[in-house]
Amino acid sequence: MTEAFIELDGVEKVFEVRRRSGRRLRRERCTVRAVDGISFAVPRGEMVGYIGPNGAGKSTTIKMLTGILTPSGGRLRVAGIDPSRERTRLARRIGVVFGQRTTLWWDLPLRDSYALVRRIYGIPEARYRANLERCVELLDLGALLGVPVRQLSLGQRMRGDIAAALLHDPEVLYLDEPTIGLDVVSKARVRRFLREVNSEQGTTVVLTTHDLTDIEQLCRRVMVIDHGRLVYDGGLDGLHAVGESERTLVVDLERELPPIAGVPGARTVRVDGPRQWLAFPAAASAAPIVSAVADRYPLVDLSLREPAIEDVIARMLESGEGRRSAVP
Amino acid sequence: MVESPVVQGLRAYVLIVGMWIRSTMAYRTSFALTVLGNFLVTGLDFVAIMIMFWHTDVLGGFAVAEVALLYGTASASLGLADLTMGSASRLGRRVRDGTLDTLLVRPVPVIAQVAADRFALRRLGRVSQALLVLVWALSSLEVAWTPVKALLLPVTVLSGAAIFGALMVAGAGFQFLAQDAAEVQNSFTYGGNTMLQYPPTIFAKDLVRGVTFIVPLAFVNWLPALRILDRQDPLGLPGWLDFAGPVVAVGCCFLAGLAWRAGLRSYRSTGS
Repeated sequence: MTEAFIELDGVEKVFEVRRRSGRRLRRERCTVRAVDGISFAVPRGEMVGYIGPNGAGKSTTIKMLTGILTPSGGRLRVAGIDPSRERTRLARRIGVVFGQRTTLWWDLPLRDSYALVRRIYGIPEARYRANLERCVELLDLGALLGVPVRQLSLGQRMRGDIAAALLHDPEVLYLDEPTIGLDVVSKARVRRFLREVNSEQGTTVVLTTHDLTDIEQLCRRVMVIDHGRLVYDGGLDGLHAVGESERTLVVDLERELPPIAGVPGARTVRVDGPRQWLAFPAAASAAPIVSAVADRYPLVDLSLREPAIEDVIARMLESGEGRRSAVP
Repeated sequence: MVESPVVQGLRAYVLIVGMWIRSTMAYRTSFALTVLGNFLVTGLDFVAIMIMFWHTDVLGGFAVAEVALLYGTASASLGLADLTMGSASRLGRRVRDGTLDTLLVRPVPVIAQVAADRFALRRLGRVSQALLVLVWALSSLEVAWTPVKALLLPVTVLSGAAIFGALMVAGAGFQFLAQDAAEVQNSFTYGGNTMLQYPPTIFAKDLVRGVTFIVPLAFVNWLPALRILDRQDPLGLPGWLDFAGPVVAVGCCFLAGLAWRAGLRSYRSTGS
């Protein structure tokens, strides 16, 4: 087994909140388990997606991994370092991009923000120049270096922020919602760059996102968190199995016919004129179903639809409690 | 090669201050106007003192030039502290909007980043106005100067600045718990400054005791200034306390450091 680079063992984060209750302005204390015993390990060089609904504990986990927050319980190591105890030492080895909070200098040219990063992190000149050149080329920042950050578009600024997080050669890059608010072209460029960084530099990447296309295009492994617990940890395909997702076979017949019946493993879910929709488990092969239909029905055309990952996750979270034991 | 956190912090402080000065210079006219405004507004409270002296020759036994000495030293100390550390009082805002997190993932001490945050060169307005008053006071006063007194004056301004700065850092530490607490701290810094501009003899003795032994503002300028002016302090304290400013300043900075660390630690375990 590969050496674990990020390691969590039963990590918890409990917040104590005071809440006003009743008419008497009395404040009641109650605890919120934002992260409720999470364990996982990420080997060096992996790119993982960390997803879940709002308030599930994603950001809290990232904050513990970066040392911003101290866990209430459990064991946490990044590159062999306990993040909360040696936050400043760890900071040299990690890069963080908070999607909604820029670290760039609003009124100064983009280039100046990078020069500050170089001096704050003490990056050797040659290394800095090489890294900046690579980022400028891959993220297409050349024309933007002299532009004050306030004049950049959201997509340009996000690219600028990602570059700023990579100049000091971090071993791991945390991205919190890196594509939020970006247009399709910017998203594609950011994704291509992240793939490149991950494969060329071997940078470990942990990514939280609401855009599941990010996950589909970038991550072989995905972790789903809900109510502070890990409800899934594995490949995307496995997610479909756990989420009991279904693929759909759309068939166009020669003419209108009663709903197709008697195809083992599939059921007809919709009929619209000569077109019919058959659902079957995502893990099953489509071939026997196609041939069974073709044998008995006048088939003109057919197409296969993959389940939308949003639906898969939504279904998984809905089925809630019972499935929590499904974590491998 | 690992540098000490102090060296790292100072270097980061200087770098970030430089960035803010250049940011400010993106709007030169606005900058020039705010410096002027700052100069005039802080000058107004000295005008108030002058108006008072139109109606009386002495205030609490102090002549106008003597009060000007108190004014100049207190205001210069506060001005220097405000210029270098004043931004720390914006911490509450950063805690509330979550941008403090971006400072916590950098490899330099957070206090250096917070103190340099939005560094405002316009605060030089107060410092320069205070120094002008101080120069006027020194030229009008007939002080029997000795080398000790001549040294005591700059040391007083600097340790006064350190005491005010410590109050600001301690206040920032408290803002981790209560994000709107900036006003409490302002009452000690800006409020304290207003009090120190007047002779201690016009205040109730309990108040003077309070600002000597509890929040040691009397060491900012009262005690050393009384020595320069060859006057007795209203509490009849031992004379060597007039020279205790630097020691008190170091003690305040130490306590402020503890308060800051405690605040930061509580933030990192509550994430509020």
